[in-house]
Amino acid sequence: MSLGGRPILKDLTATLTGRCIGLLGPNGAGKTTLLHTLLGFYPPNGGTARVCGRDIRRELREVRALLGYMPENDAFIAGMSGVRFVRLMAELAGVPHSQAIERAHEVLFYVGLGEARYRDVGSYSLGMKQLAKLAQALVHSPKILFLDEPTNGLDPPARTRMLRLIRDIRDAGEVRVILSSHLLRDVEECCEEVLVLKDGRIATYTNLEEERRANRKFLELELRSETEGASAAFAEEVEARGAELAAGARQRLKLVLPEGLGVRDLYEIAAARNVQIRRLDYKKDSLEDIFLKAMEGGDHGRV
Amino acid sequence: MAVYEQTYKSYTGPLTPALSRFLIIPRYAYEVVFKSRLFVSFFVLCFAVPFVGLILIYLKHNLSALQIFGTSAGEIANALPINHTFFYWGQWYQGALSFLLVLFVGPALVAPDLRNNGLALYLSRPFTRTEYVLGKMSVLLILLSAITWVPGLILFAFQASLEKGWLGQNLSIAGAILIGSWVWIIFLSLLALAVSAWVKWKPVARVTLIGLFFVLMGFGGTINQSLDVKWGMLLSAWHVIGSIWYSLFDMGVTDEFPPAGAAWVALIAGCLIYLFLLYRRIRAYEVVR
Repeated sequence: MSLGGRPILKDLTATLTGRCIGLLGPNGAGKTTLLHTLLGFYPPNGGTARVCGRDIRRELREVRALLGYMPENDAFIAGMSGVRFVRLMAELAGVPHSQAIERAHEVLFYVGLGEARYRDVGSYSLGMKQLAKLAQALVHSPKILFLDEPTNGLDPPARTRMLRLIRDIRDAGEVRVILSSHLLRDVEECCEEVLVLKDGRIATYTNLEEERRANRKFLELELRSETEGASAAFAEEVEARGAELAAGARQRLKLVLPEGLGVRDLYEIAAARNVQIRRLDYKKDSLEDIFLKAMEGGDHGRV
Repeated sequence: MAVYEQTYKSYTGPLTPALSRFLIIPRYAYEVVFKSRLFVSFFVLCFAVPFVGLILIYLKHNLSALQIFGTSAGEIANALPINHTFFYWGQWYQGALSFLLVLFVGPALVAPDLRNNGLALYLSRPFTRTEYVLGKMSVLLILLSAITWVPGLILFAFQASLEKGWLGQNLSIAGAILIGSWVWIIFLSLLALAVSAWVKWKPVARVTLIGLFFVLMGFGGTINQSLDVKWGMLLSAWHVIGSIWYSLFDMGVTDEFPPAGAAWVALIAGCLIYLFLLYRRIRAYEVVR
């Protein structure tokens, strides 16, 4: 997928099946372009994609009927009240006039704009405009909801409200959500799966739920030793017994214990090597770690 | 859903036919347009000439009514022939009013959607660029039809109903009204949409539209005079459409307008250029090169 002669998305092959998928990546990684390509805004130079089994090249109208899109930027129809704006969007998606009115009211109440629904959308605050965009994306009951940076510019209470809504939509189970964001916390709070893009390629695709379920725990150790080389010897022995480890600054170690090696064993090894374990923390593999790891390496576009 | 039940529920009802969805756009546009009293007054005024035409046709065929005015019925009837000239001039009046109506409505059609990123919302739905253009065009097509060919054909039918044998001799006038009006409507609509898509500020868009009609006419006149040719007037939309109407209404030969064949070519070329310009802008997002 190229824009203005510059390749943006390269060699992407993936099957996304989760209820709520986070699309992560640094600025310019191609997150928004991927959404726009799936929406048919930009035709791909090669290859294709299927949304719920429908080809975006040949069945674009059907694909769009399945999607709800909340754009990143300010987007509204000028000179319309909230309810009229959402009603128009519902009608354009095929909802009949009378039902569109009802749906517009319902959805605006659902997102929390019920009281402001007769106000001009242009006069809404940033947070309200984000909610109005969410309402128009939901009003025709799409199967998949594309949310592009939904918490952009929101203050903490508004952000919390938006994330609560997204979780609520996800848990209702009728809509699948693809949440594009560069804010790891937003994705961590809402998503079950994460697709990390880097330079237009897939860097990693992780099921956060499985990661959490596996409870693969990291240990962070801070060592102290009077004897030179004792800490290094401790690290070597732990590694020799099957632990994965990474040495940090100032005698800090990050390690993953294998089956059969416990914390007690670590203390025994440390005592034998005359090393003090001054601090020992359990640390889950956070999304930040997954993201940073993905930024270092990469799956070369295939998952 | 009751207000207290704030949970997400999907819509499972029937959907409207996809082919007619573009008509949603004019429906919403008219809600805004007809809120303006100035526009409503102008729109009503657009029917003044057809109404006067209707009265004239009635009077011509109602000698007793003419006698009330104390005039010689025969004189007036002869002075006011209901023929191709009558409808040709009616076409000119309504055509000029069409231009004014386009100045009112046209500039606000596409520009606000571009300014507020509204196109991404339209085009993320099962709604194509063509349907968007068709929808926006329909706003003008319907309004302009209401003041051009619809009253023209009503007058034609009224005259035909009052004079036996007239219809058979003047059937070509109906064709001229229909074709002449549609050509003008399509040309004006495409031009207005193209200008609205490229000029985001309404007053500037209006000035641009006026400029395209009158500045180009002046420029064409200058070319004619300086190069001693008559093709310069092909730049003037008034002269181009005038030539087409003149030939459609079978008004004879004139040096005032460029040849009809060349006028048709110029008009089609203009429409294609405006369509091209329009499609360059009607995108969900602009690609910055």
